[in-house]
Amino acid sequence: MSNSAQKSKVGPNYWRVFLTFARNSLVRDMTFRTNFLLQCISSFGWTLMNVGFYLILFQYTDTIGADSGWDRDKFFIFIATTWFINSLVQAFFMPNAQEFSELIRTGGLDFALLKPIDTQFLISFRRIDWSALSNFFAGIIIIAVSLYNLATREVDAMIPSAMSILLYFAFVICGIAIMYSLMTCLSATSVWLGRNQTLYNFWFYITNFSRYPMEIYNTGWGKPLYGFFTFIVPVLVVVNVPARLLAKPISPRTDYEMLIIGWAVVATVLSIVVSRWVFKKSLGAYRSASS
Amino acid sequence: MSSTALPSSEPHESGFRWRMGVWWMIFRTAMEERLVYRGDFALGTLMRFLPIITQIFLWSAVFGSLKANGDEIAGYRFEDIVAYYLLTMIARAFSSMPGLASGIATQIRDGEIKRYMIQPIDLIGFLLLNRIAHKIAYYTVAIAPFALVFFLCRNYFVDGWPGFGVFAAFCASCIMGFLIGFFLEAAIGMIGFWFLEVTSLLFIYMLFSFFLSGHMFPLTLLPDSIEPFVNFLPLKYLAYTPAAIYLGKIPPEDIPIELAIEFAWLVFFIVVCRVAYRNGVKRYSGFGG
Repeated sequence: MSNSAQKSKVGPNYWRVFLTFARNSLVRDMTFRTNFLLQCISSFGWTLMNVGFYLILFQYTDTIGADSGWDRDKFFIFIATTWFINSLVQAFFMPNAQEFSELIRTGGLDFALLKPIDTQFLISFRRIDWSALSNFFAGIIIIAVSLYNLATREVDAMIPSAMSILLYFAFVICGIAIMYSLMTCLSATSVWLGRNQTLYNFWFYITNFSRYPMEIYNTGWGKPLYGFFTFIVPVLVVVNVPARLLAKPISPRTDYEMLIIGWAVVATVLSIVVSRWVFKKSLGAYRSASS
Repeated sequence: MSSTALPSSEPHESGFRWRMGVWWMIFRTAMEERLVYRGDFALGTLMRFLPIITQIFLWSAVFGSLKANGDEIAGYRFEDIVAYYLLTMIARAFSSMPGLASGIATQIRDGEIKRYMIQPIDLIGFLLLNRIAHKIAYYTVAIAPFALVFFLCRNYFVDGWPGFGVFAAFCASCIMGFLIGFFLEAAIGMIGFWFLEVTSLLFIYMLFSFFLSGHMFPLTLLPDSIEPFVNFLPLKYLAYTPAAIYLGKIPPEDIPIELAIEFAWLVFFIVVCRVAYRNGVKRYSGFGG
């Protein structure tokens, strides 16, 4: 970006451009205030339903998976992490990814290509869906309650260390980066496929695997899935690594856990590189639509 | 239709044969329209089973660490739960109406609904035929992925095929589920006569329907304080009831009364839909071309 001094002088200020996008989107969202409110309400409704579902599950079991350690409070930390990552991805990237497919189909991408700014940046941040952030707040409530429960319960109480909180934030950001890369790759495929209306479905089906502790896949015929979604399309590390860092004591870690944490860092870097490459490749294959 | 003479005086234009002809034409057009994208369609159907994979692993983990002795949750074994999810996929294939309510609302908003007031075609009947055609087209293509998945998962159906009576009840509840889904969603679409924007309202409905229809989990798992209330709602006919009937979770002696209640709800929604349409049209004023 600002790799040479000369370039940064004439290049755009990315941060200010981003703030402008954010403000524009907020103005747009606030124009239809009732709609905005209803969207927030339905997001909360969705959260409540999920929480209800898991509370029902925990009526019948103490942990998700025997000896996995994911008891109720820890599992809800996991859920909150899912909520953080998904809400941020949905707020910042989802509307843009959908629009990207649409721009390719209609030929509107021409105008984005002409702008004196990095095209991937422009395409990725143009629109922010502020209402999706309501799930972020839902996540904060869930994690606050479960951390409180975890700290004050009688058996096996735990307060996460400062180190694990720090790592938690770092790996949540890694998780978002992986999801962003995956989404960019998916939406870029519409250059070759012409239309990509099932993007959202596909996204939902893939990220569905990231919603539960990875241990549950590590049996029998789940092993290939476990391997595939850890090492090839690394959606399993997205939530698992940060949630595990926060919900479980940091000191006794098995080598395997350390390996997965290390892999999460590598996977993040690789995902970003690959998505950048796919994006560039897709721009190269883009032929304008009209006239 | 190509004749320039006034058609209203000719008897065959309103006769039964003419009406059947129109319906057949609507049906065939909708069918062909749908079969154009059959490849995409079959793949999409197969993909729709993917979330069940995660459900299988989740429930397997839950059943692997049950609190109480025994291997059942609210009368469901692990295999039953998986079979339940698969069966709700069939039930939802009947009862889900993608784009119906939003389509009606859009037609009201941009004035396309005027067409049904001028032409001798009934809006609800037209949409119903369209939907039946779409569903039949859907099943002819989707039967292959469905059969594949059910074949792969046949071991989850521990008790095998149900008896003829139960199976017939299952089919009846699926078909009524289709009709309830149709008239319920059409009625929601009619809200568009009163409010211009119904998208977010629809979203909330879809959310609740996902939970309360039993698509998320068998409704018997609900706490005893909530279950009777949810059981009273008609949404359970969209997913829960057919699956529960098939799996024998509804005692055979209760099935007739259950189906009768379902039928009563169906009649209720037909009436609501008709009344809403009639009142909506009275209110409606179409502007522009």
